[in-house]
Amino acid sequence: MKITTELVDYISELSRLSLPKEEKAAMTAQLERIVGYMDVLDRLDTAGVEPMSHVFPLKNVLREDEVVPSQDRAELLAGAPAPDPEAFLVPKAVE
Amino acid sequence: MNELMNLTALELGAAIKRGDVSIPEVTALALNAVECAPHNAFITFTPEQALRRAEALQRGLRDAVSPLYGVPMGIKDNICTQGIKTSCASRILGDFAPPYEATATARLAAAGGLSIGKTNMDEFAMGSTTETSFYGPVKNPWDLTRVPGGSSGGSAAAVAARACWYAIGSDTGGSIRQPASYCGVTGVKPTYGTVSRYGLIAYASSLDQIGPLARDASDCAAILDVLQGKDPHDGTSLDGQYGHLLEGLTGDVRGLRIGVPTDCFGDGLDGQVRKAVLAVADVLKARGAEVVELSFPVMEYVVPTYYIIAAAEASSNLSRFDGVKYGWRAGGYDGLTDLYNRTRTEGFGMEVKRRILLGTFVLSSGYYDAYYRKALQVKAIIKEAFDKAFQSCDLLLTPVAPTTAPKLGESLSDPLQMYLSDVYTVSVNLAGLPGLSMPCGFDGNGLPIGAQLIGPHFGEGRLLNAAHAFQLDTDWHKRAPCGSSSAACGGAHPSPSVPAEKAYKEGGILA
Amino acid sequence: MTWETVIGLETHVELATKTKIFCSCTTAFGGDPNTHCCPVCTGMPGTLPVLNKKVLEFAVKAGLALNCAITRRTKFDRKNYFYPDLPKAYQISQLYLPICRDGRVDIGGGKTVRVHELHMEEDAGKLVHDPWIDQTRADYNRCGVPLIEIVTEPDFRTADEVIAYLEKLKEALTYLGVSDCKMQEGSLRCDVNLSVRPAGSDTLGTRTEMKNLSSFKAIARAIDYEAKRQIELITEGKRVVQETRRWDENKDATYAMRSKENAQDYRYFPEPDIPPVELSEEYLDALRAAQPELAGAKRVRYQADYALPEYDCQMLTSDPALAAFFEATVALGAPPKQAANWIMGEVLAALSARAMEPKNMPLTPPTLARLIALVTGGKLNRNTAVKVFEAVFDADGDVDAYVKAHGLEQIDDAALVEDVVDRILSANPKSVEDYRSGKEKAFGFLVGQVMRELKGKADPKTVNELLRSKLS
Repeated sequence: MKITTELVDYISELSRLSLPKEEKAAMTAQLERIVGYMDVLDRLDTAGVEPMSHVFPLKNVLREDEVVPSQDRAELLAGAPAPDPEAFLVPKAVE
Repeated sequence: MNELMNLTALELGAAIKRGDVSIPEVTALALNAVECAPHNAFITFTPEQALRRAEALQRGLRDAVSPLYGVPMGIKDNICTQGIKTSCASRILGDFAPPYEATATARLAAAGGLSIGKTNMDEFAMGSTTETSFYGPVKNPWDLTRVPGGSSGGSAAAVAARACWYAIGSDTGGSIRQPASYCGVTGVKPTYGTVSRYGLIAYASSLDQIGPLARDASDCAAILDVLQGKDPHDGTSLDGQYGHLLEGLTGDVRGLRIGVPTDCFGDGLDGQVRKAVLAVADVLKARGAEVVELSFPVMEYVVPTYYIIAAAEASSNLSRFDGVKYGWRAGGYDGLTDLYNRTRTEGFGMEVKRRILLGTFVLSSGYYDAYYRKALQVKAIIKEAFDKAFQSCDLLLTPVAPTTAPKLGESLSDPLQMYLSDVYTVSVNLAGLPGLSMPCGFDGNGLPIGAQLIGPHFGEGRLLNAAHAFQLDTDWHKRAPCGSSSAACGGAHPSPSVPAEKAYKEGGILA
Repeated sequence: MTWETVIGLETHVELATKTKIFCSCTTAFGGDPNTHCCPVCTGMPGTLPVLNKKVLEFAVKAGLALNCAITRRTKFDRKNYFYPDLPKAYQISQLYLPICRDGRVDIGGGKTVRVHELHMEEDAGKLVHDPWIDQTRADYNRCGVPLIEIVTEPDFRTADEVIAYLEKLKEALTYLGVSDCKMQEGSLRCDVNLSVRPAGSDTLGTRTEMKNLSSFKAIARAIDYEAKRQIELITEGKRVVQETRRWDENKDATYAMRSKENAQDYRYFPEPDIPPVELSEEYLDALRAAQPELAGAKRVRYQADYALPEYDCQMLTSDPALAAFFEATVALGAPPKQAANWIMGEVLAALSARAMEPKNMPLTPPTLARLIALVTGGKLNRNTAVKVFEAVFDADGDVDAYVKAHGLEQIDDAALVEDVVDRILSANPKSVEDYRSGKEKAFGFLVGQVMRELKGKADPKTVNELLRSKLS
């Protein structure tokens, strides 16, 4: 599989990463090598194999609907990079 | 005093309990050892908290129940500790001090655990060398020009250097076992779901598991007895019969069937490593175990499967680091998208960005089926291969890594090569199995070699007992690196403290 | 040319659970910003979701009411996108195995709407822009409030059909108790997918999606506006662009939000933190058996069993708590029509005066039933009963104790009443004369005098009859 610059641009945009030019070139080459190696999986016939997302037959892990007091707001906001006593602040994000 | 640093955690715990030594005394020893050590094993070092905690624990000693009560330890820096900086060795988390405590460390605290700090690691646990840390690489105590392995390299180095008696790490694809191997300590990646992941900053949620790194199998058993347990805050946590691992260490391995997968001893494996690992089988055989050869025909698929799944989950798990809620935010941004882009581009290191991009790629529209879905199918096949193997044996013996610790700076230039070195460890995570790494020899450079034991689900007891049996007859695990805070100098020289008849004779290979 | 409008709906309904879908924070509406939050719902690293049992139950109940097939093995998936109202940068939702599929809703007039799927997911937070600091504040109180999203097939042709469906949906969900469906609080939100095509065509035109529709009225107006806009575009030879449009209530118009052509690549994949959910036949049977009777069925039954007029049935079933109150009152022996009159009259008036919802009413059915029994048993007259009702409503007071304490019992001692009547007649010869000479007004005066003497506690009917017989 050929990893093009366009593809790297596309996945970078989805990932909210903007690699500088030199980094991008190196990354493209590395990804091509890695993805190329992954194509080894094509050798394995997986027709009819159910994809396994959970390795254990664990199921129905549920919680009771009982309120537990929320965390102190000041504690939740303490680590926010842009301080505000009530909320997390971001640049304009309302349509 | 140095003798104390050479004790196992359980031996030290017993000495504390007897009153031979006080908790503040041993804490001061550990703090001093960390301060003098050149390994960069800790990101956040908390001497004041540790000493305060030591005083408090000493006052409560009379009621102590746990055999680990008051024994100083280190915690990998991807495990949340309330009010104490938890960085994942990444710039992007800044000085993040979580307003909550991980279940695993809360359980340790309830058993009288005493942390001296947060150990260094590969950024977000992505790496096999602890060189991707924003806080600089960790050096291997056996050879300061070499890596300690990763990602729990700080935890492994701290234990090996006798800077603390045990440490907690996490293992997503070998991150406890491989550094344990490179640093000559014993480490366990438990069955998935037996140790709560609540508070472990996720790399790959379906593979991550917290576990111990310590001086020997007994210490690991005692630590796991504290760590394991069902947690209502972790939906993937399992019910089980926990807390009996230490009492199960009899050293009796008669009739135990040790499977040796021939596919794990072929090309690419260093000859000295091969020899030392196969010699483990001989020691166990001498104690009455059976050794069976078997095939494990999926080895060539495990690395790609692992990296597809781990990267996919990582790309999603690491999206929350965006400079809004916690951690570090880039400056000079113009608008929301630019804030995200700058913070993430400048906040993550290259290896993390590589895995985020890889994960985004395998999940993206048009590639999902060919890569991610395919990997989930192969995962099912790998799991099946293990199920089949465990029909003919009770546990598997394999190498941990193809070589001993490489030189600093050798690995990162070729990421694919680094990924391939995870070939013996990643399948264990894919199948959710328990895996143990223990010292089984040294190479010509005086570097430790590790052997891996793999068990079926909930097979920790079996693994630990086999390792314990091995450690009863060998002394590799007792060697300490030169320049460590203990007196004994290890390397290839056998420790005089071990009776000669019990010392393992080199040279045995599997027939 | 005549045009046909084709509409499909995506409705998000907040479930009326006490706690959020994946953590134990309250779902209460309002609250100061970020005070209903914890490390889990603010997406702190290392935290994990654990599914609320009630969310599953409510989603299944809703699915059963919409005649859906219930997925026996259901899973959650992650939908990945960056936006500041989504602290984890992924929404836990369901793509591959939604809990319910293939339902249908009869919206009256012989029309059935097909439900494509119903899935569970978490709500996002709220963003409020502060122009003073030119920054947006993110409030995560709503993050993790459980939602079901109900997606219909494009089966609607008119705004009326859409409204009929939504009324039906709202009625069913409030009856089930799975949601309060308050559009003004955002607990029922609707996105409208709309396209137009020449009547008779069986291919679909390019659709637009309309968001921010916060009332049934807005939905109806937006549909009319958008259909007209699309028809005009096509008629002028222009092209409809597939896009998301926002309804501006003030301008009565829609405008483009973000183009769907750069469709987001959400990179859905199975949520590794939540094990699958398997629903047993017993679990489903128990929920089926516990499904309450919905409004439509109740109306039919009230007409049949209680012979109530259609208007009464409609009023009583307009709210599930009101209907339950009515049924409980009747079950305690109150005549249905009387119970209905009290509820539609005094009860609704009292609630309205207090701006109170029926489900929060302090008055209980035994109290109203007792009041009605006293009236029908002749122990209390209707007017006095209304006063007693007002007095006991707020604290669900004891009717008998109140009547006794205030001496309000109706006098049914015939001898006493006759004695008073005789005294009034002899004390008012002029009025007696007037009445006998045909002045009906004098009769009223005499009744009033008797009632006054008896402090209003006599049955007016008895007094009337006695007076007439004495005067004749």
